[in-house]
Amino acid sequence: MKAAVLVFPGSNCDRDMAVALREAGADVTMVWHKESVLPEGVDVVAVPGGFSFGDYLRCGAIAAQSPISRELKAHVDRGGYALGVCNGFQVLTETGILPGALVQNASTKFICKTSTLRVETSSSAFTARYNAGAEIDVPIAHHEGNYRVDEDGLARLQGEDRVAFRYMETPNGALDDIAGILSDNRRVLGMMPHPERAADEALGLTDGAPLFASLAEALVTA
Amino acid sequence: MRATVTVSLKAGVLDPQGEAIKGALGSMGFEGVDGVRQGKVIELDLAPGTTEDTVREMCEKLLANTVIESYRIEMGA
Repeated sequence: MKAAVLVFPGSNCDRDMAVALREAGADVTMVWHKESVLPEGVDVVAVPGGFSFGDYLRCGAIAAQSPISRELKAHVDRGGYALGVCNGFQVLTETGILPGALVQNASTKFICKTSTLRVETSSSAFTARYNAGAEIDVPIAHHEGNYRVDEDGLARLQGEDRVAFRYMETPNGALDDIAGILSDNRRVLGMMPHPERAADEALGLTDGAPLFASLAEALVTA
Repeated sequence: MRATVTVSLKAGVLDPQGEAIKGALGSMGFEGVDGVRQGKVIELDLAPGTTEDTVREMCEKLLANTVIESYRIEMGA
């Protein structure tokens, strides 16, 4: 599996993401946002958490206009895989790669804690190693994680089994408790919780590791 | 020339900041505040001759996220 981790000014989970991908066996390249091409043969592009461009205007809005984001969109349009976590999820919605938007938490507070998620589908390259219905502990750390989408969009996500993760107890007011969603071809996952912060014994949580293992397994044969 | 873009959350989109402001006004003793919506104002200094269509394109592509926000453009002198 060849992975690229995008780095924007203000990204701060990029190295954690790279470590988690490498642990799963990926060959990882960090790619600065000013680059206009992805490394040759990249299977999956990871958009990490952080505060790209200081969250100015809207979270992820400026990053979505960076040169590398056009390349990300082209990669996804070619059927490539992408994973966006936290600010990365916000970037994926701002580029239009994933539907909906992430607005401020209902409490107006920044929330940093471990959340319990339910894995809603094992039918994706990201979740194959989980059992549907499994409960996993994954940290969240965000101020704008309140997922919003119009009624038709929500019906489509539900009807097409594209809600990947739901919060057991919604911390942020997200519609239908949504914590993570898949694209229509199931090759793009956006999620607010941080699986890369729960992928190593030393961090105390390991429930995120199967996500990276799933991806490595799916893409080794791709 | 100047253009002023006002970006607001669409009706029906939860506005936690607006709700917090409403709560604060209520606790300060201001009565009769039935709703508060917080938006943003973006002032653009533009080269003469820049059209409203161009500003609209800026809004659609960057200044507003039309999934959750609407915008209003005022072209000034």
